[in-house]
Amino acid sequence: MSLLEVRGLTTGFMTGSGEITAIEDVSFSLNAGEILGIVGESGSGKSVTALSIMGLLPSPPARLISGEVIFEGQTLTNMSDRQMQTIRGPGISMIFQEPMTSLNPVFSIGEQIMETIRAHERLSPAKLRERAIEMLDKVGIPSAARRMDDYPHQMSGGQRQRVMIAMALACRPRLLIADEPTTALDVTIQAQILDLLMDLRDEFGMAIIIITHNMGVIAETADRVLVMYAGRVIEEAPVATVFDRPLHPYTRGLLECVPSLTEDRARLVAIPGTLPEPTRRPPGCRFSVRCSHAIPACSAALPPLELLEPDHSAACIRALDLAPIRTADLAP
Amino acid sequence: MIRVAIGRLLSALPVLLIVSLISFGLMRLIPGDPAAAIAGISATPAQLAQLRVDLGLDQPLLVQLLRYYEGLVQGDLGRSLLLGKGVFAATMERLPVTIGLSLYALVITLLIGLAAGIIAALRQNSIVDQAAMMFAMIGISVPSFFLGLVMIIVFGVHLGWLPTGGYIPFSQDPLGWLSSSTMPAISLALLQAGLLARITRSSMLEVLRQDYIRTARAKGLPMRQVILKHALANALIPIVTVVGIIVTLLVSGAVVTEALFSLPGMGQLLTQAVLNRDYPMVQGGLLLVTTFLVMVNILVDVLYAALDPRVRYE
Repeated sequence: MSLLEVRGLTTGFMTGSGEITAIEDVSFSLNAGEILGIVGESGSGKSVTALSIMGLLPSPPARLISGEVIFEGQTLTNMSDRQMQTIRGPGISMIFQEPMTSLNPVFSIGEQIMETIRAHERLSPAKLRERAIEMLDKVGIPSAARRMDDYPHQMSGGQRQRVMIAMALACRPRLLIADEPTTALDVTIQAQILDLLMDLRDEFGMAIIIITHNMGVIAETADRVLVMYAGRVIEEAPVATVFDRPLHPYTRGLLECVPSLTEDRARLVAIPGTLPEPTRRPPGCRFSVRCSHAIPACSAALPPLELLEPDHSAACIRALDLAPIRTADLAP
Repeated sequence: MIRVAIGRLLSALPVLLIVSLISFGLMRLIPGDPAAAIAGISATPAQLAQLRVDLGLDQPLLVQLLRYYEGLVQGDLGRSLLLGKGVFAATMERLPVTIGLSLYALVITLLIGLAAGIIAALRQNSIVDQAAMMFAMIGISVPSFFLGLVMIIVFGVHLGWLPTGGYIPFSQDPLGWLSSSTMPAISLALLQAGLLARITRSSMLEVLRQDYIRTARAKGLPMRQVILKHALANALIPIVTVVGIIVTLLVSGAVVTEALFSLPGMGQLLTQAVLNRDYPMVQGGLLLVTTFLVMVNILVDVLYAALDPRVRYE
């Protein structure tokens, strides 16, 4: 049995002009200890997917339209908020993009870590403090005991993200959702935080969903990758497969956007056009308007996500005609 | 935090100096003669002139001012021309009435304002929210003297639940004080409670949108803790500033309320003093009330630092 099963998740938001769907029919599964990367542009539905799993979207305006989330055999989508409180923390925990604003400015970081543990476990105050210091130590905060009483504004962005990670892992969750954990950080700090996440995965054995718009982050961390576009999953495969032979033209576009140091290219490559607004999505394939390979059939019907090759699905009717040749096939 | 308190105390001195100058100047600017007020209409010009000499009012303004400050530095606020007793003693008889009434009104303001604001924010745009905000609007719009009058007629005259006026000191009979102060305190508090409810609501709404609230929920904290700890601790920061202003408004609003409910407070004392051109009483009384309000605002600043570590460590 997989750790997490997401089936046909569709989440809508009530707006002034009626209900729009932020994500549609999102399905995937995740095994214990596995790292899944969810990649896509801003607005593709990555964060909504994560927050829907956590049950953290403000409702109203958000509403689960259909689908279910099953975590360790329990259907989270049927749970009350009170029941979800026992899952959040020790079951699934989450870190966010903005370390600068994700910590409460008026409480010390020690208190913010300790209250997380306190909410789920009965520990003596001394043990509680010990555990919090241990967590700070594990995420690489130097002289952790002394920094327990510091406030978030006394720390740098990278340190705050480390504190966030310490807090998220304080109750030893089986799944950590990291929503753009490095986007707001300096490049040098980004690598440190990713390394830290990998180390902690090895130590604690939790599964990770890492959400990013950065293919480089996916390459470095993930086992599998889920590509999202305009609220839908358009490709899913192991990371090596996607990098080797991306089936969807959008995924290929994303990969071409990664600047290369070895290739001699004068300009950065960009995918033409922008993500369609949820209210103005084109008929048929939502990428068709930006796709250089689009044919009339593309706008006729929404292409379903289909298993086109072993362990590799994509939602494109022309996927197999256009896909590059596998590296393996190039060998003599 | 102690540094904050000391800094504020030092900055309070110029404030008190300016207030003393203004009260001194204003009293001399308005027409009227204290000697005439004391001596009455039948006094002869010679008697009046003698009285002015006795009171030191024949001296140039600057000399009068210097004498006033000379007294102040020695801790002497002077003697009331009308009451024939020390300004400090006269104020200390009346100030507790006003402060007691204001504090009682403050407690009511906080209870109603905070509760209504928090509930309205949590149920944004619901019927509860709209009802709370409608009552807040009514509280803000209805003048407190009108509200006081209506309450006197309804609860005092028709229902007979509470006395229509008069004052019983707390030290004599706490329950009596409560019954004599409840109507004045409510009529004084409702306006401020409406104001506070609206500010609390918007402050809470602002805070509830913050990322750290989502973090607190993502950690699996119970909703009660998310709201009463994480949200309120941040929402209170702007609210505390407003509460400082509200105390000032309550004390100044008490003047009207005291007149309405015939309470022997500072309002009555100072109104009488102004009408009779009792210079020392007005100057000294105002200075003491201002000192009290400045202390309240220092307390607010200290509280502000206690609530917000970012202020504390600056």
